[in-house]
Amino acid sequence: MSAHPIDTIGPDGKPAFYITDGRETVHPGDGTMLGFWIYLMSDCLIFAVLFATYGVVGRNYAAGPSPADLFDLPLVAINTSMLLFSSITYGFAMLEMARNRKAATLFWLGVTGVFGAAFIGLELYEFHHLIHVGAGPQRSAFLSAFFTLVGTHGLHVTFGLVWLVTLMVQVGRGGLTASNRRRLSCLSLFWHFLDVVWIGVFSYVYLMGVLQ
Amino acid sequence: MSPNPDQMSFVFGRLSLDSLPLHEPILVITFIAVALGGLAAMGALTYFRLWGPLWRDWLTTVDHKRIGIMYVILALIMLLRGFSDALMMRAQQAIAFGGAEGYLPPHHYDQIFTAHGVIMIFFFAMPLVTGLMNFVVPLQIGARDVAFPFLNNFSFWMTAAGAAIVMMSLFVGEFAQTGWLAYPPLSGSAYSPGVGVDYYIWALQIAGVGTLLSGVNLVATIVKMRAPGLTMMKLPVFTWTSLCTNVLIVAAFPVLTAVLVLLSLDRYVGTNFFTNDFGGNPMMYVNLIWIWGHPEVYILILPAFGIFSEVVSTFCSKRLFGYTSMVYATVVITILSYIVWLHHFFTMGSGASVNSFFGITTMIISIPTGAKIFNWLFTMYRGRIRFEVPMLWTIGFMITFVIGGMTGVLLAVPPADFQLHNSLFLIAHFHNVIIGGVVFGLLAGITYWFPKAFGFKLDPFWGKVSFWCWLIGFYLAFMPLYVLGLMGVTRRISRFEDPSLQIWFVIAAIGAVLIAVGIGAFLLQIVVSFLRRDKLRDLTGDPWGGRTLEWATSSPPPDYNFAFTPIIHSHDAWWDMKGRGHVRPVSGFHAIHMPKNTGAGVILAGLSVGFAIGMIWYMWWLAVLSFAAIVIYSIAHTFNNDRDFYIPAEEVVATEDRRTRLLSAAE
Repeated sequence: MSAHPIDTIGPDGKPAFYITDGRETVHPGDGTMLGFWIYLMSDCLIFAVLFATYGVVGRNYAAGPSPADLFDLPLVAINTSMLLFSSITYGFAMLEMARNRKAATLFWLGVTGVFGAAFIGLELYEFHHLIHVGAGPQRSAFLSAFFTLVGTHGLHVTFGLVWLVTLMVQVGRGGLTASNRRRLSCLSLFWHFLDVVWIGVFSYVYLMGVLQ
Repeated sequence: MSPNPDQMSFVFGRLSLDSLPLHEPILVITFIAVALGGLAAMGALTYFRLWGPLWRDWLTTVDHKRIGIMYVILALIMLLRGFSDALMMRAQQAIAFGGAEGYLPPHHYDQIFTAHGVIMIFFFAMPLVTGLMNFVVPLQIGARDVAFPFLNNFSFWMTAAGAAIVMMSLFVGEFAQTGWLAYPPLSGSAYSPGVGVDYYIWALQIAGVGTLLSGVNLVATIVKMRAPGLTMMKLPVFTWTSLCTNVLIVAAFPVLTAVLVLLSLDRYVGTNFFTNDFGGNPMMYVNLIWIWGHPEVYILILPAFGIFSEVVSTFCSKRLFGYTSMVYATVVITILSYIVWLHHFFTMGSGASVNSFFGITTMIISIPTGAKIFNWLFTMYRGRIRFEVPMLWTIGFMITFVIGGMTGVLLAVPPADFQLHNSLFLIAHFHNVIIGGVVFGLLAGITYWFPKAFGFKLDPFWGKVSFWCWLIGFYLAFMPLYVLGLMGVTRRISRFEDPSLQIWFVIAAIGAVLIAVGIGAFLLQIVVSFLRRDKLRDLTGDPWGGRTLEWATSSPPPDYNFAFTPIIHSHDAWWDMKGRGHVRPVSGFHAIHMPKNTGAGVILAGLSVGFAIGMIWYMWWLAVLSFAAIVIYSIAHTFNNDRDFYIPAEEVVATEDRRTRLLSAAE
């Protein structure tokens, strides 16, 4: 909104019905963070559906393997730490952006990307291993729901990595302009959101699954 | 020399010459008619050299008004398709009695009732609602455009791409034979191995992207871009209902997206979400899709309620009775719409307590809805009612919708629902509220805002013909279905044994024909009004004695909507301005900052159609290439920083001077 309040009474003492000094009260881009936040909440609903689906059919093993047979908790713990570290390093990148230091911002974005890629690599290894031992998504409704929930999260992280690289190129070329700052803030929301979702996946799917 | 079958299937997937319905004379004739019509349209565009203006001024536009108009045009085209399906069903059911087979084989009939539902909800009602919101909301809140103008263009083209995919299924392959919600296991690959359900899935997924993004866009617009002084409790009711509808879109469509993804995985990957074996659970699909589906019906009806509110207060020249209660009723309906979904399948057998909960929440919705009806009635009470066409639609709505609402409350009683479930009584009920509520509302809205969009009113004579045909046609077409439903006739049946039922179907068919006349009269009304536009011209920008801000600017509004951003002091801002002797400023104009047009929306939507065709026909190369192109093009688009420009002050001065002259000519 504008810097100083708008006069609702004109100079002649009658009510003013128009802003005539040429000020625009709304600037393009004002709503971007709100819009992106609303989009994220809609994305959150997709995850809600996948969690609910897992809740409904997650015990339907169809005489196949159960979570306790399949999940390798140490591997998942390493995987989780990769994602958590990447969130911290993204935070460092945002701090550097606030200090207006382009090179340091790019450095921390790069570190974030490496952690994210490690997360995806470990997840792909896990999926490959499960399919290799005959526990693919077709085996039972439990495994369908597992692969879909975890895989959807993984696809989001992959998309985030593509976006991260794009933004690094854009910051590298254009510097920390207002539009690049806005984009970095959006990706920041997205990245931390995926972290929160993963904490749900880790607790609800892996930990509770092995407890059964 | 015959080509290698492996190569053929690599290139064309499962598409072959057999996929073209050459043995179906109805489809061949339809195709010839559509092709000739398309060629004629393209020939006319070429002859009059309109391709350039069409591309520059319309297809690539980011102006919310033009996008809104394009949505409405798309919706009216799809209405013709969806209504043809309805006429075919009515004709089949009116003649297929005793031994008679009728003229539609069952597999064709099943595609028709599926296509009818899908098209009417997703590609007629939704685009029309979105189009009116797009056109009206920024004007009502005194904004220059929506929050994300490019996204708006992209949303429109994704919706249009979904419609194109549905239309394609008519001539290449087949459409789903599952009913409009494609319940598994029928829609799974075991029972529907063909391309029909895949057409359904990809059409809805692609259009769904557009719907969701336009929901995000309009919520951000209403929250962030209101003119100074326009606090929430001063918002016009249509903007309020639009806000609630878009909140519902954002909070419901992701569920549809997710559930269709799960169905796709079952069909493409062989997962077991909704299968009968390996632990799948088909009722989970039914639950999930109605968690989207029930809010969806409120997504459609709330804007119609908003339109009726605007129309009633304008044509009674009175402030809307009970504005605050109207707003609260809208918000309560928005929230309640999320906790009633199970009433669509009481017969699932979830037990007495669950069914009672959902039965009671459903009945509670009738309270805020009833409050709205009383508010409109009290607005009319001692008002100076002008029976113009939008007001006729409103009165027709109030009577018809109350009847539909009462049969709805009847269906909300679980024991009654066990008898009436899946019967024609249900069909009659939801057509009663959707036609009597949504369609009447949208037609009232089109008539009401048409002069704002085009600068001349619609011809009232043909509008009245259309109204009476629709109203009487509706009762003739659907009251018999209530009777048949009470007698136990179920839906989606293409032939009947008992000849005593035939008379009711014949009456219903006559009603459908009368509605067809109503649609024809509506289209004729547009043509006649265009021909007589000089007599129907609206010079002032305020043809009805309007109350809200959209009537403060010219008809049609300039690209920038308002030369000066208005300051709002009270509800019914324009009425307030008129009442307190506002003087329109005629000098001191500034340059105005505006977004630039872009072809990116058309291109991305076109690539999405390519992706969908690849997925539907198993042409994997096409799907992969299209998807890669979408990603690369989207990334490239973010490098384009040349997105805005200024309308020079001289151009604003010229536009506003023209308006000054028009206004003085009108006096």
